[in-house]
Amino acid sequence: MSLRASVSCQELVELASDYLDGTLPPRLSRAVDRHLATCADCPTYVDQLRETVRLLGALRISDVPTDLLDVLERAWTEARDGNR
Amino acid sequence: MDHDLVDPPLLSMPDAELLSRLRDGDEGAFEHIVTAWSPMMLRMARSFVSTQPSAEEVVQDTWLAVIRGLDAFEGRSLLRTWVLGILHNIARTRGAREARSVPWSSIAGDEESALDPSRFEAPGGPWARHWTDDGAPRPWQPSPDALVIASEIRRLLATALARLPEQQRTVVSMRDVSGLSSDEVCDALGITAANQRVLLHRGRTKLRAELEHYYHGHDSRGG
Repeated sequence: MSLRASVSCQELVELASDYLDGTLPPRLSRAVDRHLATCADCPTYVDQLRETVRLLGALRISDVPTDLLDVLERAWTEARDGNR
Repeated sequence: MDHDLVDPPLLSMPDAELLSRLRDGDEGAFEHIVTAWSPMMLRMARSFVSTQPSAEEVVQDTWLAVIRGLDAFEGRSLLRTWVLGILHNIARTRGAREARSVPWSSIAGDEESALDPSRFEAPGGPWARHWTDDGAPRPWQPSPDALVIASEIRRLLATALARLPEQQRTVVSMRDVSGLSSDEVCDALGITAANQRVLLHRGRTKLRAELEHYYHGHDSRGG
């Protein structure tokens, strides 16, 4: 990535995920901050990406195959009984 | 019932306590981690092997290895990291045996940019690479019926996640759904931090586009 002091909207979209994770180099992160402070649209995009990640974190539960649980429970019992 | 929802949150019990309970033969603790971690492990295994049954065998073999190795585990890493490392080795070996065609070393490099380029002004003009009027993102307005929307959104997102390209799906699931750290995911999958970031970026961008399509009807291909 270049050392330019500014980013365009299109570049910001490519950086947004790293920006949310705090993994951009400091100079680039500051360039994104400056862009967000003056752009009418990019804050909306970043907020929406942040919301997407938040919603993913709230997804829950899928079932574990019951036969897998059965096999493992038996193996667990045998192993622990063998240790007594 | 939401059959297509995914993953409970990973355990918040301190690792030392969890390990102590497991070594004491606490079957409840073992069942808890199997239930909590297996969905994510299945998804991870599936990215290495050719079929779902094969992925299930990998996960089963992993847990059996965990049972056998528990007493010797020295606790120098998190328990979860150790378990995922075992899974990685077993999955990789099985995948090589199955001659799986897409190794993790080659992430998709010929994909178009994550967002439709026509949503930005062309290079060269005064507003080069800024959003066009039509392409700019519009705020997502919440519906008056919040409960209905929340349930629909969860289903939409779970479906969209399942439809992502496999490597993107695996990384997004492990990072954003299951909450693993970047280092854990890289170690578990045997990929570089750079590869991981690219896959996460592409996956998240596609999922945001799916939500945008739901709210505003933009073309979801490339957002």
